[in-house]
Amino acid sequence: MSADLDDLYQEVILDHNRRPRNFRALTDGRKAEGYNPLCGDRLTVYLHVDGDVITDISFQGSGCAISKASASLMTESIKGKTIAEATALFDRFRDMIMAPSEAPPADLGKLTALAGVRQFPVRVKCASLAWHTLKAAAEARDEMVSTE
Amino acid sequence: MTAVVPAGRGQLDVAAIREDFPILRQRVHGHPLVYLDNAATTQKPQAVIDRLVRYYAEENANVHRGVHTLSARATDAYDAARETVRCFLNAGAAREIIFVRGATEGINLVAQTYGRAHVRAGDEIVISEMEHHSNIVPWQMLCAETGARLRVVPMTDAGELRLDQYERLLTDRTRLVAVTHVSNALGTINPVRSIVALAHARGVPVLVDGAQAVAHTRVDVRALDCDFYVFSGHKVLGPTGIGALYGRAALLESMPPYQGGGDMISSVTFERTLYNELPYKYEAGTPNIGGAVGLAAAIDYLTAVGLDLVAAHEHDLLAYGTAALSHIPGLRLTGTAAEKAGILAFVLEDAHPHDIGTILDRAGVAIRAGHHCCQPLMARLGVPATARASLALYNTREDVDALVAALRTVQEVFA
Repeated sequence: MSADLDDLYQEVILDHNRRPRNFRALTDGRKAEGYNPLCGDRLTVYLHVDGDVITDISFQGSGCAISKASASLMTESIKGKTIAEATALFDRFRDMIMAPSEAPPADLGKLTALAGVRQFPVRVKCASLAWHTLKAAAEARDEMVSTE
Repeated sequence: MTAVVPAGRGQLDVAAIREDFPILRQRVHGHPLVYLDNAATTQKPQAVIDRLVRYYAEENANVHRGVHTLSARATDAYDAARETVRCFLNAGAAREIIFVRGATEGINLVAQTYGRAHVRAGDEIVISEMEHHSNIVPWQMLCAETGARLRVVPMTDAGELRLDQYERLLTDRTRLVAVTHVSNALGTINPVRSIVALAHARGVPVLVDGAQAVAHTRVDVRALDCDFYVFSGHKVLGPTGIGALYGRAALLESMPPYQGGGDMISSVTFERTLYNELPYKYEAGTPNIGGAVGLAAAIDYLTAVGLDLVAAHEHDLLAYGTAALSHIPGLRLTGTAAEKAGILAFVLEDAHPHDIGTILDRAGVAIRAGHHCCQPLMARLGVPATARASLALYNTREDVDALVAALRTVQEVFA
């Protein structure tokens, strides 16, 4: 298998695809639904927000390994952060997955596992779907967000 | 045209045919290109590419207007292209062939014109569960405008239309049946002749979406007895942006024009416009002349190769591919109708179609992953998406072997 595929489908990604973390619904909180009409990926992000702090986050839905692993890793990295911090992290994450593939990936902790997406521009939307949905949930827009 | 003469014993000389398609010579990610996305669009033979070049280099002018030599040349080429399409579909007259952008525009044309003339509130349009969005949405739009209702023929789990249910849906409210000849997502070849006969018994006309049929099987609109037939040039080795609508002359004459503009009129005053005769009534504005000429070259190429040989070759490949894929553990074929054209759609237990598509691409294998513009069908199948390999005349058993080998890699990744 080629090196860029190894980068994309790292063990961390495959593990989060197989056993997504925080894969459940939350009641009494904010939620938003994300949809990628190109491939049919669909997920819901649930939030508990106390003041400005995301005290709990979860997701449910179906999608490819990249979108599922990205959602799972996102929930792990967001819990306990303020909404402003989460938004800033989304910006850095987006920069990382859209950077030219020669550039060394930014260090975003666990999220760095998704840096391999840089070599697959058509998969950027898969990796960012959960984040767009998180943004909508954080803004308490209980509506469908689309990657298109 | 280069060597496309069939080899002995009535088989395609696939090696010679592959030589005619320059794009197949390239490598993708270091591997020979294995192009299995023919249901999305087919590749173009050198004969079509050369014809386009020759048209623009030597014949380009506007049609039906000029007195000069080039205009006559372009008009001749355009008219000849219409005759080629007529012959390809075995229509009775060239004026029954309307050039459109593709199957989608052909369906929209009928929905708008036939719809305006014949569909009223309370009427019904019958389509099927396996339709492409292009044979759903135009009818939904017509229903929204008129207050008519869409009725949907269900299918079996194998992907065959339930003709008993279809018959029940045909009532005195039915104004039109619109059904695909070959399903783009399943490969099912629908029994169009029976579908038409049942509708005609109740006086209901039938539109057939032939987008996935014309490159793979011989089509005879008079034998099918259908009232409208649409197809896209780019799915039959021709250029994008050109396609054709066949319509029974009596129906075409009874319908209002589609778009207004030049060429579709015989005289215009500010008080009154007289519409042109068929087929020009439905071709407002300067048409895609180059596209039509290129499409005719594609049809000539395919006809020289022999559609019966193409169909036999693809049928053989389909059987080979079906057997090969059936041996992959965890793979389930979606679409197992008894009558199928060259489509191998499937899902894998542990890998999403998008991940399959990405990994296959890295092995040079081009397939489609997604809902194939058939979201209602995906819902019926209970899957968000499928992976689809679709065959054409230039595909080989080696292409299928490359697909299978790449699928093993997918399984290793997601084991």
